[in-house]
Amino acid sequence: MITLTNIRKTYAARGGGAPVHALADIDLSIGRGEVFGIIGRSGAGKSTLLRTVNLLESPTSGSVTVDGVEMTALSAAELRKARHSIGMIFQHFNLLSSRTVFDNVALPLELAGMARAEIRKTVEPLLDLVGLADKRDRYPAELSGGQKQRVGIARALASKPKVLLSDEATSALDPETTTQILHLLADINRRLGLTIVLITHEIAVIKEICHKVAVMEGGRVIEQGPVFDIFAHPQHPTTRSFVDPVINRGIPDSLRGRLSPQPGLGSNPVLRITFTGEKATTPVISAISRQLNLDLNIWHGQIDEIQGAPFGTLVVEALGDQAKVEAAMALVKENNLGVEVLGHALPANH
Amino acid sequence: MLSPQIIDLLIKGLIDTLQMVAVSGAIGTLIGLPIGVMLAVTGRGELLQNFAFNKVMGAVVNMTRSTPFIILVVAIIPFTRLIAGTSIGTNAAIVPLTVAAAPFIARVVENAVREVDRGLVEAAQAMGATPFQIIRKVLLPEALPGIVAGLTLSAVSLIGYSAMVGAVGGGGLGDLGIRYGYQRFLPEVMLAVVIVLIVLVQIVQSTGDLIARRVNKRNLKS
Repeated sequence: MITLTNIRKTYAARGGGAPVHALADIDLSIGRGEVFGIIGRSGAGKSTLLRTVNLLESPTSGSVTVDGVEMTALSAAELRKARHSIGMIFQHFNLLSSRTVFDNVALPLELAGMARAEIRKTVEPLLDLVGLADKRDRYPAELSGGQKQRVGIARALASKPKVLLSDEATSALDPETTTQILHLLADINRRLGLTIVLITHEIAVIKEICHKVAVMEGGRVIEQGPVFDIFAHPQHPTTRSFVDPVINRGIPDSLRGRLSPQPGLGSNPVLRITFTGEKATTPVISAISRQLNLDLNIWHGQIDEIQGAPFGTLVVEALGDQAKVEAAMALVKENNLGVEVLGHALPANH
Repeated sequence: MLSPQIIDLLIKGLIDTLQMVAVSGAIGTLIGLPIGVMLAVTGRGELLQNFAFNKVMGAVVNMTRSTPFIILVVAIIPFTRLIAGTSIGTNAAIVPLTVAAAPFIARVVENAVREVDRGLVEAAQAMGATPFQIIRKVLLPEALPGIVAGLTLSAVSLIGYSAMVGAVGGGGLGDLGIRYGYQRFLPEVMLAVVIVLIVLVQIVQSTGDLIARRVNKRNLKS
C-alpha cells in the first residue's frame, strides 16, 4: 500500500555548518490493511518520516508510493488530489476553533467541492461512528481532549481515505482516553480495512494496536518487523530500552540485590527463560525438575499478550550443580524457548 | 450653555467625522485586508513564501506608517487633488485618511493571521486544500476575532487622525474644537468636542469588543 524507497531528507545548516540529515536511507513497505507503528524518541525523525508519506515534507531524494501512485512524481495539483485519499490526525487535533463539530468534519468535503446535501449524508454517519452525534453543533472549545480527537478522526475519514496517518494522536490524552481512542482506531482498521501509519513515543501504543513496527533513531530505521518479533527478540539497545519496561524483563529490586555477575561461594545461577508464541504453554519447568531432578526456585515471572499471542519471561534460581544447570538450559533451548544466565544468586542473609 | 448654532456645528462636525472615518475605514480595509493577508502568507516558512514580495510590500507599508500623519496630509496633496478633484474639504480629507488607514490595517490583519496556529494550515494542506482555500476557509475565519479587534483599533486611530485634517479644510469635530474652542477662546466648545469624541470612541470600542467576543469561539464555557 505504501512504499518508501531510499528516502533521504537533508536540511542545509544555517550559517554554513554541516548539513543536517533528518532522514537517511529509509526503506519501508507497509501492506494494505496494516496498522504500522513508528516509534522513536523526540528528534528521531519519525514526525518528518510520517509527513513524507503525504509529502507535507518532500524528501531530498527517494520515492514515495501510496496505493500505486508515485507521490514524489506528482504535480502540485495532482498531489492535492492524491491527498484526498490520505487522512491525517494530529497530537493537538488541529480543529478549526471557528467551526462546529459538524462543520469541522465537513471541511475536507467542502474543499473537495461536494454539495451541501451530499456533505450532510457523509458527515452524519461519521459522527455516529465516533460517538459524537449529540455534539454536532458544539465548538471544539466545548469538548474534552478525547472528544476533540474523535472529531479529528471523523474529519480524517470524511473523504473516505485508504490510508490514515496518525501523528502522536494519543500523546496529549490521559491513559484512559488513550485506550478508547486506540480501540476506535483498531475498530476502524478492522471495519473499513483502512491502512494506518502511526508515530508514537509510547511503546504501549505499539503493543496495543500495531501489527508491525519500525524503530527509529537519528533519522534511520534501526529495526523493523512484526510487533511480536520485535518484542520477543529486540536486537538494538534502543529497541530493548523501549520494550523492556512493558514486558518487564527486569527483576524486583529486592532480588536484584542478591544478584552478582560472578559466581561466589554457595551461589546458584539465575536464569531467565523467555516464552514466545505458541510454546509459551510448554511445561518446561516441571520437565526440568522431573527429568533432571533439578529444583527451580521461581523468583519472578510475567506472561503478557502481544498481538493476541502469549509472551512472557520467567526468572528462576537453579538449585543444582553446573552440569545439571547446563543440561537444563539445553532442555529449554530444545523446546525453542529463550534462556540466558542473568547472574548468580548469593545465599540470602538470614 | 451652548448656543443652538454651536449645537448645530457639533452635529455637523460629528457627521463629518463619522463620514470621514467610515469611508476611509471601509476603503482602507478593502485595500489593507488583502495586503495584510499577503504579508502574512508570504513570510518565511509560510504558505506562499515569497521574500521579494514580502520585503517590497513591507517597505511600502512601513514608509507610510513612519510618516507623521500631518506631514502625510500635506505631502500627498497632488495625489489628493487627482483622486478627489480638490485638496480642500471633508471629501478631500478622506484621501490622506485612507492612505494612512490602509497600511495600518494591513499590519493589524497581518498580525491576526500570523496568530493562527500553523497546525491548522498543515491539517488543511493534508486535506488537499489549495493556498486560496486555506486563506478563505482557514486563515480568515480563524483570524476573525483578531481582525475585528484590529479594525476597532484602526477605527479609534482614524477618529484621532480625523481631528488633524482640519489643516486641509476637512471638517469634523477636531476642526471644530481647534477653530472655535482654541482660536476663538470658547472653552465650552472645546469641552463639548472632547466629550463627544470620548463617547464616540467608547461606543466604537465597546461595539468592536462585543463583535470580537461574538466571533471568538475559542474560550467557550460548556
